[in-house]
Amino acid sequence: MEIVASLREVSRVYKMGDNEVRALDGISHDFGAGEYWAIMGSSGSGKSTLLNILGCIDRPTSGSYRVRGQEMADLDDDDLSELRGRHIGFVFQSFNLIPQLNVLENILVPLFYQDDPPPDGEERAVALAERVGLGDRLDHRPLELSGGQQQRVAIARSLINDPALILADEATGNLDSHTTEEILDLFDELHAEGKTILLVTHEDEVGTRAQHVMRLSDGRIAELVENGGGR
Amino acid sequence: MLHSPVLRSVRLGIKSLLLHKLRSLLTTLGVLFGVSSVVAMLAIGEGASAEAQEQIKQLGSQNVILRSVKPPEDLVSNQSTRVSSYGLTRLDFERIIDTFPWVRRAVPVRELLQEVRHGRRKLNPRVLATTPDYLAVTGRILAEGRFLSQRDEDLVANVCVLDDEAARYLFPFDSPLGKRIKIDADYFTVVGTLLPRVRTADDPAAAGAAVTGEVLLPQRTGQRWFGELQVKIRSGSREMEEVQLHEIIVEVDRPEHVPLVAAACREMLRRNHRQQDYEVVVPLELLARAEETKRIFNIVLGSIAGISLLVGGIGIMNVMLATVTERTREIGIRRALGAKRRHIVMQFLVEAVVLSVGGGLLGILLGLAIPWLVEWYADLRTIVTPEAPALAFGVSVATGLVFGLYPAWRAATMDPVEALRHE
Repeated sequence: MEIVASLREVSRVYKMGDNEVRALDGISHDFGAGEYWAIMGSSGSGKSTLLNILGCIDRPTSGSYRVRGQEMADLDDDDLSELRGRHIGFVFQSFNLIPQLNVLENILVPLFYQDDPPPDGEERAVALAERVGLGDRLDHRPLELSGGQQQRVAIARSLINDPALILADEATGNLDSHTTEEILDLFDELHAEGKTILLVTHEDEVGTRAQHVMRLSDGRIAELVENGGGR
Repeated sequence: MLHSPVLRSVRLGIKSLLLHKLRSLLTTLGVLFGVSSVVAMLAIGEGASAEAQEQIKQLGSQNVILRSVKPPEDLVSNQSTRVSSYGLTRLDFERIIDTFPWVRRAVPVRELLQEVRHGRRKLNPRVLATTPDYLAVTGRILAEGRFLSQRDEDLVANVCVLDDEAARYLFPFDSPLGKRIKIDADYFTVVGTLLPRVRTADDPAAAGAAVTGEVLLPQRTGQRWFGELQVKIRSGSREMEEVQLHEIIVEVDRPEHVPLVAAACREMLRRNHRQQDYEVVVPLELLARAEETKRIFNIVLGSIAGISLLVGGIGIMNVMLATVTERTREIGIRRALGAKRRHIVMQFLVEAVVLSVGGGLLGILLGLAIPWLVEWYADLRTIVTPEAPALAFGVSVATGLVFGLYPAWRAATMDPVEALRHE
């Protein structure tokens, strides 16, 4: 199976005054293409740090991280930005849409910054908005939408660059149970289409929806669980 | 929409600025005043300079002009006869001609207060008695016929030359050449006409609307028929003046000798006149004065412009720093979604430039209005050259770039992880 993201002895150490905090402590793991993982753990277990490194917005203090075979340590800031823009889709807990932009423009943001954006970006954005059920809201501003709708826009945005890796950080944390269900259904659909999804969560109900569960504790992998062939 | 990143940045910048309309408007004020000062400064400076050039062209850059000036009343008035005697004398003229080096030629001018008639049309022009050199020294140009000649002078001929205004008024339908006009009680044959000249504020005819047109006579003719005494009737009282010459125009051989001749004239007049009944006008000095005025204007308005732009720029920097802090999270999002540092720099730099250019465009409008008001109220001439708004526009763009750079750099160098965590 093709390996999308490969961690080898990855550590991340923060300096807090004289103290060192090891947020990640020697993690090694391979995430395969098309896998759906829930990364779980209590707060402070290092799951957000791991997600930041997987998303190439943070660098490991030591160890090696490869995305689609490309060693992160070899890339400079611009290369990492390009890599994020092309191959990684982010979904955040607080949606993180840009308030000045409407739905269509928000979905298009990752394409703005690519060196060589695809020519059919706008059609793709419209198709994605329709897919997440917001085809009739293209010119709405984020503040005119409900939380569930905003998160669906964010998911459409994470898909615009056809990413190798979708990273969701507590994507359902700010949503009620009904909306959570809708969003998780959407992830299931994406998984079924063969997308690679890494979902950070601390909620067990969310974690059980994933194919695999990685439990972190004190910056180490405490447990890897198979949920048995996805749904 | 995807194809033009700059245009998109500009649109985005405008959108972001419109989220805080009042704040953006207030921020642009500094640049607005700075830019309008630049435009106004250039317009007024340009106007003053053009005014001076024109005046000099008219008075002659190599000329020194001596004029009679009526001294304060009590010094000259003789209660019984009320004859005031003052001004330049024929002797002054002789001295200049005979003794001054570097004088190419000099022209005496006497101004006569006479009514001029042709048929039923009458006019109160400036009637000037002068010599044939007048034409060359003043640089005026003949329209038709000929100018006064030495022969007219020798014969004390009753001939005259009309300027454009007098000619058109007295002879609206045909050429005045060879016709006769009546000045006081005598008839004079018109031998030529002059082209009009551009009026300036210094021109006596422009100030008083009553005097229109000019009629030129040979000097000796004027002297013979009209004498030295002039009678002015002023609000019921008769007043007599004895003035030998109203003006002496001295043409100097070379420009560098103008100050020397001017100094010599002043000295000579100071010695021979008991009172200050004359003035010496040096066009070259007018130029220096105009340049000085222009320089002072430039310093004053330049300082205003500089300070306004500095304050405006700092205001822009301040607002942009606040904007960057407010939008830390947005910066984090954009970085996570693939924005490179240069994209973030571009975004905030464009926003700063949009802000300063907004102020700049309003400033150009105000800057075009100021010269107009100055012209209206202060009666100063102004000229708006196309370069002035262009320069002002450039200045406003530069202000935005210079003062937007630091906030933009701050935004671009933020740690994306920290920025995303920012509330």
